[in-house]
Amino acid sequence: MPEAAVVRAASTVLAHAPGLARHGSKPARTLPGDPELQARFSDNLRGFGEAVGYPPHQAFLGACHPRELPPRPWAGTALPDADRFTPFGELMPQEELLGLLAAVDEFDLLALAPEVAERAAKRLAAHPLAATLDLSRIPAATGDVAAAVEAGALPLHLAPEAQAGALRPGHEEDEALTAPVLLENLVCKATGTLALLHLLHDNGLDPGAVQYTISCSEEAVGDRYQRGGGNMGKTIAAAAGLTESSGADVKDFCAAPIPALVMAASLVVAGVFDQVAVVAGGSLPKLGMKFEGQLRHGLPVLEDVLGGAAMLVTADDGISPRIRLDAVGRHRVSSGGSNAQILHDLAVRPLEAAGLRMTEVDDYATELHDPEVTEPQGSGDVAARNYRTIAALAARRGEIGRDELDAFAARHGMPGYAPTQGHIASALCYLPHALARLRAGTAQRALLLAKGSLFLGRMSQGSDGMSVLLERNGN
Amino acid sequence: MFEGKQVIVIGERDGVAGPAIATCVETAGGSVAFMATECFV
Repeated sequence: MPEAAVVRAASTVLAHAPGLARHGSKPARTLPGDPELQARFSDNLRGFGEAVGYPPHQAFLGACHPRELPPRPWAGTALPDADRFTPFGELMPQEELLGLLAAVDEFDLLALAPEVAERAAKRLAAHPLAATLDLSRIPAATGDVAAAVEAGALPLHLAPEAQAGALRPGHEEDEALTAPVLLENLVCKATGTLALLHLLHDNGLDPGAVQYTISCSEEAVGDRYQRGGGNMGKTIAAAAGLTESSGADVKDFCAAPIPALVMAASLVVAGVFDQVAVVAGGSLPKLGMKFEGQLRHGLPVLEDVLGGAAMLVTADDGISPRIRLDAVGRHRVSSGGSNAQILHDLAVRPLEAAGLRMTEVDDYATELHDPEVTEPQGSGDVAARNYRTIAALAARRGEIGRDELDAFAARHGMPGYAPTQGHIASALCYLPHALARLRAGTAQRALLLAKGSLFLGRMSQGSDGMSVLLERNGN
Repeated sequence: MFEGKQVIVIGERDGVAGPAIATCVETAGGSVAFMATECFV
């Protein structure tokens, strides 16, 4: 059995979805019945060029490190030479996203307007991943959108007034198969598949070598007898052509990517599987989640992108960063709910177990939500808040002085830069950056830590979290 | 401090969770009318 597991490669993707933003949970609740707000919402959606150039998106996609981001404000600016295709993946335009939804739709859920289907098929045929997609499903999805909507389908838009497609419900009565639920799930499948395909294609990996795929996405696929039945992991594996893979889902609210990574590494080190993929699709409900604050502050609707991420965990190859399974932090039941205690479990205890000081970790990756999205709605700078607490823990341990908190946060932290896509913003988005730095030797160690709000499901008053240390190979 | 008072408690995951605030309120003689913890991301 291998002595250690490594992260061989990682990818991140975004899909620009301004037309779908109205189906985010917040817009879907607040826009209907308020024509004035609807108009302001539509008028403030971003064009594709704006979304590509937006500096945090480029940092998310690997064009620059988050610490290299220019000073805020970022909205209304563009990173020089910003491109759709980036070192970690791409930012897909919404017309291609609709085509991708059709390409992964196995149940004729989606109907596309003829001109939309034609353009999407043509553009995806020229995509670098075209050979890995079932593009025949796009023309097959062509249908009478108005008739589908009349029959109960959910209308989909590219522009505010024009119906570009419609998503049919999966069942007449099943509340787990309504059109909005299925749109959420199909979007997750499509963006997760896009991330996994980039992971394989961009890194020259063999899809037939992956034996297991774990999804840590936020959706709940199922029917009325089992609403969260799953299994998005195997679903995405199949869509991406991983013919030898089975899979399963790990659920832990936004924290899920870290336990998924730890489980993947554990399966490899235990000798159960040689290669395990971890994948995360995007979260449709979080589109437009804080749009009211953005509009109040004269900003565009910034939450118009869906995220996606994927990684491949394998046995130690002597090159890729090692996953230190002896340095896994877990938020224990007995630790309660205070942020300082949670972060002690996640950022101090695993390092103590590994005999390391907090200052020996180059990069702490925590919840890296873009503050330009969260601050206007009163949610503050989430990343900065976490780094302040981590720095305070280092000061309490006597590793740094009390006057060095800001310097510690600047050196070991980074500005938030991820779209508010929950699980993807929670450390997962930093993984490809961490791999690049650990491979290049510009960093020796990175600690990924994520938290999940269990209380939102009304079954526990608690929360959860997990962390794991990545280390440069050969240390 | 909270004797005879009813208190609405809103906690935050990244700050102080609802149950911790509720415990303080009750220790100080108050009664919790509503308690929730919220996540703002």
